Amino acid sequence: MLENAYLIMFYPLFAFVMIVFFTRWKEKLSSHLSIGMILLGFIHSVFVMIEMLARHGQSYEKAIPFLTLPNFSLELGIFLDPLTAVMLLVVTIVSSCVQIYSLGYMHGDPRFSRYFSYLSLFTFSMLGLVLANNFFMIFIFWELVGLTSYLLIGFWFEKKSASDAGKKAFITTRIGDLGFIVGILILTAFVGTLNYQQVFERVASGEVSATIVTLAGIFLFCGAVGKSAQFPLHVWLPDAMEGPTPVSALIHAATMVAAGVYMVARGMSLFAGSATASLVIASIGLITSFIAATIALTQNDIKRVLAYSTVSQLGYMIMALGLYGVDYAHGHHSAGYVAGTFHLMTHAFFKALLFLGAGSVIHAVHTNDIQEMGGLSKKMKITATTFFIASLSIAGIFPLSGFWSKDEIVASTQGHPVFMFFTLLIAFMTAFYMFRLCFLTFTGKPRHEEKYHHAHESPKSMTYPLMFLAFLSIFAGWVGLPWLHHGFSSFVFHEEVHHAGPQYILMIVSTIVAVSGIGLAYLVYYKKKISADVIAEKFKPIYTLLYNKYYFDELYDAIIIKPVLGLTNVLWWFDANIIDGLVNFSGWLTVKWADAKQLFDQYVVDGAVNGAGYLMMGLAWLFRYAQNGSLQFYTLIVAAGAIGIVIYKVTPEGFYYYLAGLLIMALSRLLVRSLRTERANSGAKYEG
Amino acid sequence: MEGETSQVIFYLLSFVIIVSAIYVVTLRNIFHSALFLILTLFGVAGIYILLHAEFLAAVQVLIYVGAISVLIIFAIMLTSQLANKEIKQSNEQVTVAIFVCAGFLMASLGSLANTVWKLTENPLPEDNTLTIGRLLMNEFVLPFEVVSVVLLAALIGAVVLARKEGA
Amino acid sequence: MLQYLALAAILFAIGIFGVLTRRNAVGILMSLELMFNAVNINLVTFNKYINPDNLTGQIFAIFVVVVAAAEAVVGLAIVLLLYRNWRGIDVDRINIMKW
Repeated sequence: MLENAYLIMFYPLFAFVMIVFFTRWKEKLSSHLSIGMILLGFIHSVFVMIEMLARHGQSYEKAIPFLTLPNFSLELGIFLDPLTAVMLLVVTIVSSCVQIYSLGYMHGDPRFSRYFSYLSLFTFSMLGLVLANNFFMIFIFWELVGLTSYLLIGFWFEKKSASDAGKKAFITTRIGDLGFIVGILILTAFVGTLNYQQVFERVASGEVSATIVTLAGIFLFCGAVGKSAQFPLHVWLPDAMEGPTPVSALIHAATMVAAGVYMVARGMSLFAGSATASLVIASIGLITSFIAATIALTQNDIKRVLAYSTVSQLGYMIMALGLYGVDYAHGHHSAGYVAGTFHLMTHAFFKALLFLGAGSVIHAVHTNDIQEMGGLSKKMKITATTFFIASLSIAGIFPLSGFWSKDEIVASTQGHPVFMFFTLLIAFMTAFYMFRLCFLTFTGKPRHEEKYHHAHESPKSMTYPLMFLAFLSIFAGWVGLPWLHHGFSSFVFHEEVHHAGPQYILMIVSTIVAVSGIGLAYLVYYKKKISADVIAEKFKPIYTLLYNKYYFDELYDAIIIKPVLGLTNVLWWFDANIIDGLVNFSGWLTVKWADAKQLFDQYVVDGAVNGAGYLMMGLAWLFRYAQNGSLQFYTLIVAAGAIGIVIYKVTPEGFYYYLAGLLIMALSRLLVRSLRTERANSGAKYEG
Repeated sequence: MEGETSQVIFYLLSFVIIVSAIYVVTLRNIFHSALFLILTLFGVAGIYILLHAEFLAAVQVLIYVGAISVLIIFAIMLTSQLANKEIKQSNEQVTVAIFVCAGFLMASLGSLANTVWKLTENPLPEDNTLTIGRLLMNEFVLPFEVVSVVLLAALIGAVVLARKEGA
Repeated sequence: MLQYLALAAILFAIGIFGVLTRRNAVGILMSLELMFNAVNINLVTFNKYINPDNLTGQIFAIFVVVVAAAEAVVGLAIVLLLYRNWRGIDVDRINIMKW
């Protein structure tokens, strides 16, 4: 099963191709094909997992050469280890659930088949990203994932906000990807290979200088910052909620945004080679997590709260991985690696569940605003129950899966008091805002009678995935129970097993933190003992700051978009005044030159004014010369350049003669032209 | 064909090729140009025979001389006024173009002369055509199929491009 | 071998010249064919003198011929289209690719 594990990614690709070319017109067939293929992938992933367990996590690699150059070669291949196996399962499970769920959610959409083809394409790219065995390949799939994310965010492109959000996501992540590709180029240039194992070996053996490792690490991490929506590139994720909700669940909660975390975990041997890079990673993670958690406290859009919660949880994982790197660089193994990857897995399940639940709610009441909901638990029992389970899980309540992974993360901050303090604070806020969301949505009196009246439980195709994910949200974490000696931590690990064992004090502390967060939310939003408005009023500046998401969008608008626009304006002004002025001036000059006898004539002034008319034709000959619109002329330039390079390669001296010859010819032609133009101009003047 | 004879034939063919190629790019009457193009292509086919590429020579005659040239002549007939022989057929870039081409020629001839070639004396396979057929159907079957799809695409593309609006 | 390569170089240079100077679009296409032929001569020559053990060069030349045919077909279709839209195929007049 390992030998043909590459097939896993080709099942959805097959579905994509089939839908696009053949079954597009048959909606039902298309969707069932897509679901069938991903289920096939899921079954295959299960077998891979079993085999991986059987060989005790020994990794498997298979590659074919793709491009072979002297000293450097690229390959296409798959790399399977426990982390890959876990990710394969996560991706296929979440993807299956989401696709089944979409049957109900997207029912009646005019682009139903296309939606499923996109989902398949996305799943293909994500699986490819997970299976890749080198940085080159991961980059390809990384970009593919970004593309499909763009397509799906802007799926309802008739809505301007949706197409804008798509563009924003694409461009923002592109900034990170630029860093990613720079990192890959650094690896290419200084390490000489892109294969994971080879890179790690060379880093570990000290062949690569520490500076290079740090630089490569930080640049590669830029990619993760973009894709996993870390500070300062986190702004795109909340906007991405314009896409269909199942898409948000699949891409922007469970899988794609986890790609950055996955990449950091995958490249841990590289990142951990540099304490600086690791510290940067951990700090970015913490900052992101804190900022996002505080913003989530005040948002009213159900999907945005979840989006910020996602950003915050991703920050958690990144932080745990970064802290592991820091510890590793200082010579001891900590729980961070396991914590990050474990949380990645559990988070995928309960966050997908939360989003799908939110989608179910939105489907029922047709609004995203939690202020217009309330009391829905009576009407939507399954949705409400599963949503509560997921919230308990994310808040970290014993014994749900979120508890175990969050506990690991807290454990990984041991020895870093600042990180630990903030981690607990964020855990508190998480519990609070999640239950604020729950209470406002599902309990209390309906705040919008009409919408409440129309609300109804979603169809089975939507509730079954919810129940299945709820099951996973409860039990998936049990594979990592600290009492288990052959649990998650001895399966997915970096270099050597770090088995922390149960740490009861931490468990108790984190439970207290979570329960107190829930309790506060209970008091404020359920019992209404404490008025939320009063608090908001009391801390008005902070509230406004948070409500406006720290003004990040405004900030970017002010420091990037405005200056670019300003520069454009400056250039326009320059064009309009200086360039045109120059051209006007030369127009005036030529008229003088052409007709020296009438130098002091009234025509001088007139001519300057008229000159504006033929300035482009006449005296901007220099610019026109390069832009005469004749394709053949462009070809000539290209050919001259290319041949110039050839000549330079053969004889560098000859190249200078060539250049000189070209210049002489160009100048003589310019001269001829200018004479001709001058004649034309003076002629025109007489007419004028 | 070895030795003196093939040398003589080569120079004859080269002369024909070069002169007619120059006519192709300079003649004012585009129709005459096309005729000289055919001559050039024939010459190249001869060169292929000299190089023991008989199959390629046949392909050259069939496809280039037979098909492409006819296509070009068709296009000329459809588009140009044959009577209008005095129309200037080259643009004002001639000097620069001559210079650039001369530069290219000198560079490539220079590098030809300066390169050390790893020549071998091994002969080509005797049953040339048979080998090509085998290769095309075995090792190169994928490119072969791809190229046929390309051809089909070009065909359809040409039909779509050239058909009248709304037809 | 050198004389073959030299012939190819000359043919190629003539082809470039034609592409750069022909005013008639069909003329440009014909010059392109010259360049294709020059390339093919190179391929076949190298095949014979440097790597005669397999016939990769000739196979490749065949592919080039096919692609050239495809190019000619599409090119001539475009020429027809040009003729229809511009009432002529004088590429000097087709200079809308500016500004």
